[in-house]
Amino acid sequence: MTDLLAFIAERRDELGRLVVEHLAMSALATLIAAAIGLPLGILLTRRERFAAPALALANVVQTIPSLALFGLLIPLPLVGGIGPRPAILALILYAVLPVLRNTYDGIRGVDPALREAAEALGLRPMERLRLIELPLAMPVILGGVRLAAVLSIGTATIAAAVGAGGLGTYVLRGIATVDTRLILAGAIPAAFLAVLVDAALGRLARSRSPLRTGLILILVGALSAAALVDLRSPVPRVVVGSKNFTESVLLGEIVAATLETRGIAVDRRFNLGGAWLCHRALLAGDLDVYVEYSGTALMDIFKRPKETDRATVLAIVGAEYQKVGLAVLPPLGYENNFALVIRKEDASRFSLSRISDLVKVQDRLRLGMFGEFLERSDGFRGLTAAYGLAFAKPPSEMDLGLLYQALEKKLVDLAVGSTTDGLIAARGFVVLEDDQRYFPPYDAIPVARRAALAEHAGLAEALQSLAGRIDAPTIQRLNHEVDGRRRDPRDVAAEFVKTLF
Amino acid sequence: MPALVDLRDVTKRFASGPPVLDRASLDVPEGSILALLGASGSGKTTALRLINRLAQPDEGLVLVLGKPVEAWDLIELRRKIGYVIQEGGLFPHFDVARNVGLVPERMGWSEAKVSRRVRELLTLVGLDPAAFERRFPRELSGGQRQRVGLARALAADPPLLLFDEPFGALDPITRRRLQDEFRGLVKRLGKTAIVVTHDLAEACRVADEIAVLHEGRVAQRATPKALLKEPAEGYVASFVAASTPE
Repeated sequence: MTDLLAFIAERRDELGRLVVEHLAMSALATLIAAAIGLPLGILLTRRERFAAPALALANVVQTIPSLALFGLLIPLPLVGGIGPRPAILALILYAVLPVLRNTYDGIRGVDPALREAAEALGLRPMERLRLIELPLAMPVILGGVRLAAVLSIGTATIAAAVGAGGLGTYVLRGIATVDTRLILAGAIPAAFLAVLVDAALGRLARSRSPLRTGLILILVGALSAAALVDLRSPVPRVVVGSKNFTESVLLGEIVAATLETRGIAVDRRFNLGGAWLCHRALLAGDLDVYVEYSGTALMDIFKRPKETDRATVLAIVGAEYQKVGLAVLPPLGYENNFALVIRKEDASRFSLSRISDLVKVQDRLRLGMFGEFLERSDGFRGLTAAYGLAFAKPPSEMDLGLLYQALEKKLVDLAVGSTTDGLIAARGFVVLEDDQRYFPPYDAIPVARRAALAEHAGLAEALQSLAGRIDAPTIQRLNHEVDGRRRDPRDVAAEFVKTLF
Repeated sequence: MPALVDLRDVTKRFASGPPVLDRASLDVPEGSILALLGASGSGKTTALRLINRLAQPDEGLVLVLGKPVEAWDLIELRRKIGYVIQEGGLFPHFDVARNVGLVPERMGWSEAKVSRRVRELLTLVGLDPAAFERRFPRELSGGQRQRVGLARALAADPPLLLFDEPFGALDPITRRRLQDEFRGLVKRLGKTAIVVTHDLAEACRVADEIAVLHEGRVAQRATPKALLKEPAEGYVASFVAASTPE
């Protein structure tokens, strides 16, 4: 616990920024949701026949899993892409329902005798709404706004998956690097914020003091303004991305640090959910550069048939990127191939050293792998076909960051990871040899928007300066610094870059 | 005396079942108090709601101050009519002064004029302004709420007052005192009033004339004395008999 506190204290600047980002995002979303839900809810009480379908629609939106909603929003023009914009839009979509529902229910719940009394007194419809119905429904409506705010704060944690920042950044980074302290450093403040905001809005609902109400409204307004300022990102910065696992984050930090040592301003959009998302973001201009692997680009992004020669793969991928306005920079110098990893004790007990050997144990093995591997064309299905394997149990899907934990705790017997994972050596795991050469080569290559290379002087040179500078033992060591020794990827990357230049 | 309110052959139906009002006719002379007496479902409240246009008739004509209600500007019509319901129908989020002063405030009176009027009205209905102005409805007794309700109905000085079971929720002693005071006040101010009630004793106590409604029609119309003495054969006779202690 004291460990955790020290950990948090060490990061308080960054944590403070994340809290503000988190609150700003949630406040803006809640404010807009209220601005939509309140008038719409009032309208529904005036047009009863639209009420049921409108509320049903809002309910359906609510049931879309948040990650799926982000995924759906990414390809949309204007509101889509990555960063705070789609995140805030998704939060709004979720937050509208409670406001809408409570406004409708609150107004409908006003005693009909009072409604009629107001009418009989000769109050006009707008006067009845403003003076009688809304004030009487206000506790219920504010309850809805409160719910919307808490919901937004909760959901905003997941928004980090589309590079929106906020406290989810820590949670995702923590999951990616199997670092419980990081997860808690994100999750605990987020929970605190939710409780705090709920309490504050609760007091607001009961309080008749205009001063306090005003103060809270000003605060919400200021936070929303902060979010809006954040949205328009004025300084020309190079946006560096990464996928959501340790090595990708490290490479992102290495690229970012390299640019920064050359005086190029950088925006970090790390822990994005997968190759597809990063690629979309590049095409949309939301990202300028990230590090991809040649085999992934070949088969997964461009859907080309498998090749096993390193140079051939690089040539094909380079041409494909060229066609869509992107450029491949020289490889960093190592391959990160898929690795089928088992515990050492199992390796010796069943004498397993090659993937072909798995036939011996295919009836009893419990497999764990990340979702992307299940889906990819160079993934699980192709692997079992190529080796003629038929596993008795279906693989369980889990986050890349959790796989080695699961393997160590014997929740799974075989994990699909990468040859460069720092934890393999650190935990004494064994990598099975790809004896049939099923996997294509995975060279680490920076991919950048050509427009960004032209726009930012020195960007291309900076990226070229990394050519061939990282070999396999080096990246494995850096990975271990983060995964095994629980160090911050940014510090590890900064140290490494210092030794380079 | 000209009729201030005139219902002519009015029929009102709701979705299913027999009409609530079935070619009913009623006229209320200016300055008089008429009680609409009947069991629940007899159409008495509906008749009241047709007058301030909270409901529209399916057939027939409703005149207020000699003019068909649909020819009136709706807001203007309702400001000519004070409406008092059970428990006063006070707005729980407004204090007494705001409840009473709401209509004058909406009519654009100055703040000073509104608060003068509020004090005047509270005094009129027997409440000390200083003690009651700042109280909220939940801090009042049933009788006090009823008085505030009357003050509110009187705020715009309407010629006509409609009472819908105004004393229903009160204890017998408070009820009797309020009935007497209300009658006195209406008479003193020269207002015309219609009181809906299911209580024969109440009707006799407050009204100049009583119209007994049964199945949507006026079964008998008479002064209280005449009604008690010579109730019409059938429904009215049994209603009167059932309401009189043996």
